[in-house]
Amino acid sequence: MNPGRSIILNRIREALRNNPAPRPHTSHSQADAAAETHGHAQREWLPKVGATLPEQIDLFAKISEGLKTEFHRVPTIDAAHNLLKQLAAAEGWKKIASHSHHDTDSLIQGIDLPVVRTEKGYGIDELESCDAGVTGCEVLVAQTGGVMVSVESAGGRALSVLPPHHVVIARASQMVPDLTAAFEHVKKRYGKNLPSFMSFITGPSRTGDIERILVLGAHGPKRLTVLLID
Amino acid sequence: MRISLFVPCFVDQLYPNVAWSVVRVLEGLGHEVLFPEGQSCCGQPPFNSGYWDEARSAARVTMKAFRDAEVVVGPSGSCVTMIKVFYPDLFKGEPDELEARELAAKTHEFSSFLVNVLGITDVGAKFDGKVTFHDGCHGLRELGIKSEPRALLANVKGLELVEMSEAETCCGFGGTFAVKYAPISTAMDEVKCASILQTGAGTVVSNDSSCLMQIRGMLEKEKSAVKSLHLAEILASR
Amino acid sequence: MATQAADFQTLSRRYTADKPFRAFIQKALGGYYKKRDENKANFQDWQGARDLAAETKYEAVNHLDKYLLEFEQKITARGAKVFWAPNAEAAREYILKIAKENGVRSIIKSKTMTSEEIHLNEALEKEGFGVFESDLGEYIVQLRKEAPFHLVFPAMHLTRRQISDLFQKELGSKATDEPEELTMIARDVMRRKYCEADMGISGTNFAVAETGMISITENEGNARLTTSLPRIHVALLGIEKVLPRLEDLSLFLPMLATAGAGQTMTCYNTMYSGPRQPGEPDGPEQMHIVLLDNRRTELLADAEQRDALGCIRCGACLNVCPIFKNVGGYSYGTTYGGPIGSVITPHLRGLKDWKHLSAASSLCGACTEACPVKIDLHHHLLQNRRNGAKASPAVGEKVAFGGFSLMMGHPALYRLAVVFGRIFQPLQGLVNGTILDPLRAWTGSRNFPKLAPKSFHEQWKKERGGRK
Repeated sequence: MNPGRSIILNRIREALRNNPAPRPHTSHSQADAAAETHGHAQREWLPKVGATLPEQIDLFAKISEGLKTEFHRVPTIDAAHNLLKQLAAAEGWKKIASHSHHDTDSLIQGIDLPVVRTEKGYGIDELESCDAGVTGCEVLVAQTGGVMVSVESAGGRALSVLPPHHVVIARASQMVPDLTAAFEHVKKRYGKNLPSFMSFITGPSRTGDIERILVLGAHGPKRLTVLLID
Repeated sequence: MRISLFVPCFVDQLYPNVAWSVVRVLEGLGHEVLFPEGQSCCGQPPFNSGYWDEARSAARVTMKAFRDAEVVVGPSGSCVTMIKVFYPDLFKGEPDELEARELAAKTHEFSSFLVNVLGITDVGAKFDGKVTFHDGCHGLRELGIKSEPRALLANVKGLELVEMSEAETCCGFGGTFAVKYAPISTAMDEVKCASILQTGAGTVVSNDSSCLMQIRGMLEKEKSAVKSLHLAEILASR
Repeated sequence: MATQAADFQTLSRRYTADKPFRAFIQKALGGYYKKRDENKANFQDWQGARDLAAETKYEAVNHLDKYLLEFEQKITARGAKVFWAPNAEAAREYILKIAKENGVRSIIKSKTMTSEEIHLNEALEKEGFGVFESDLGEYIVQLRKEAPFHLVFPAMHLTRRQISDLFQKELGSKATDEPEELTMIARDVMRRKYCEADMGISGTNFAVAETGMISITENEGNARLTTSLPRIHVALLGIEKVLPRLEDLSLFLPMLATAGAGQTMTCYNTMYSGPRQPGEPDGPEQMHIVLLDNRRTELLADAEQRDALGCIRCGACLNVCPIFKNVGGYSYGTTYGGPIGSVITPHLRGLKDWKHLSAASSLCGACTEACPVKIDLHHHLLQNRRNGAKASPAVGEKVAFGGFSLMMGHPALYRLAVVFGRIFQPLQGLVNGTILDPLRAWTGSRNFPKLAPKSFHEQWKKERGGRK
């Protein structure tokens, strides 16, 4: 064990010993009680989300528009499959990447393209040369227009970020109101053994580093398509 | 009400008309105005520069001058902030901490006093012309004064208020900062004055004479026709 | 005068004299204000959210040892290694050791101000490692051999033309005025680097004690690639960045996005707990967390300013600061610029050399108002001034304010001074022998007000002499 550990811990304890800091100036006395009811208390302050599924889907759709996420509601997996084929034709895909998962399997079944599957490992260059990455997700987050992915639900860390077009398939039952609900979902699903990677993807990759002008597709996908099966 | 007038030192020296305007407005509303002559400066210059011992000496004089006052009113968001917000910090742990807190509690900035204490937004003033309002930072952010001067201006007959885009942006005065870091202070002044000129207003109004000194200094230097007046001067116009 | 203070005067004078540059910076921030306000308005109560964020950081920072130990235990259980670095040198040496032991050839980095703080790139390059900044703005300033101009917008000071010229010169690309084409040039270059790199170095926005995770916020996807493809991931983590609970992120992620860039959410908010786990298809074989103190504990020991450790490096205080907007990022000469930098740099690098930054403020408070975690920034500048005056009073100032308070402390003397109209005279000592005569510093750009023929004191005495 490196000596830095005890050095830093000692410094911290020395700094805090009998040396209380003034409490933050807060106008809301409720904030004091927040520590106990955490997570749910935040919902009072954060952007409002409707309680029903249709409201949440509408909010997700509205925010997606601003984010330039291409959000499509489709009635069935077959309809989603047709949409995917249209995308493949329009963009001239030559190779795609995906991972084994109930909905992704149905989505890409019969597509006339080579498919790189990531779940058992893959070559980086091979994945890099794919035109699209097709993944599932943990949940969709209505409040932020976000897609929560993880190792488990999106075929690892890179599949959802390396190919230039990321296509996500989700069911209406996967819509959650907010980030807190998303965290509750993964805790419930994985218990203490959370995936080593989880990400909220909120729109296609972007940058404003040149004159603060928005450009999509900085290093990650230029396009993000979310297919929601109602 | 018996109101004790707090006249910041630079108002005393440079802009006595601002203090007289306060007197006229308050007397016009039927109040008695007292001027405790023992007052000098609130101590903000040494306080802001880090010399808290020296600031306390000056502050103690102010505290003594207003010891018997019922209520204290001053025409400067900045100097009132010194008393209302910083005296309690400055005297924390000092024997006269309680006195500092008492003075803080009974001291008010002029526009806030009219609107929030007296409950008055129409003082019967008349002023012909288009004006824009500059929010002094201390009044705005330390005392939370934003709507009060606007409510008062809204009831001045003949006056049209046009908001400038940079109303809440600092004019760059900042006390000794204005001379210690003159190029930065000047750059900030330029941003402020450009915003004022953009409104087409003939007069810039503020509730802080120190900001107006900075703004006016540049407007005059640039030979601009835009005038500057303290809110009290507008409210005392008939 | 300390060199740093003189440099600040020189650079701030140069930048403020450059009006087109100032206009360029103001314009670049214009879009930010609009989007920030729209997103703040979407919150049911932005002020309530700030209160909660401040309370959460208060809880975390005031129990820092507890939460760091919990974080360490949880993430170590997932196979990550945690290295506690008391200072910059220890952090650099550890990272160099990892690189050497693992035969690393190429290193890719995602944006991390902490690595700027410890001058990591220089150390790695000196030992012969190729280091590539993958964030577009960071890559641009790296090619220019400059430091980031702004905590969040590293290349905001450059025009597209300057960037195009740079890419032509350094990368041999063709000239273009299109930000999109410029971005794609960098994208193509960087794609190769991700695939080749064997070590990825990232920063960390938040660490979560409860679950042993780090969270990284970014828009470009470069951090995700940096932490996914190379076989080693090193994450730099300032000790103050730990949060107690996973759900705390539900608050901090949208607040960081709104305050930092006027976004609802930043594009990627990614949580990592450990390297690739058994059965997972990708991810690094090793994950190293470098927990950095580097005098953060000195700030922790200052209870009055401890809240500054709550900083989430969103840059909101820079974006609203009229000083920053007029002098730009490079005048500060610090890793962390703007109001937060002026507050913390004296703690991280010494009060004597850096107290001038606290003086270079009009104390307008726009920073404090903008801070999503309610750090009392502009009041901390006042406290730094007080601490600086106490530790090493400037002789001129001490004398000036001594005279000032003597006069103000004696109403009779004050009235005497009033009579002579000399009230401002003692204040001249403030800048005498420093830079300029105060009157000239003022009158260069502004007319000086004339003293009234008679002060209010005198007029009142004359007109209402009988009354008190």
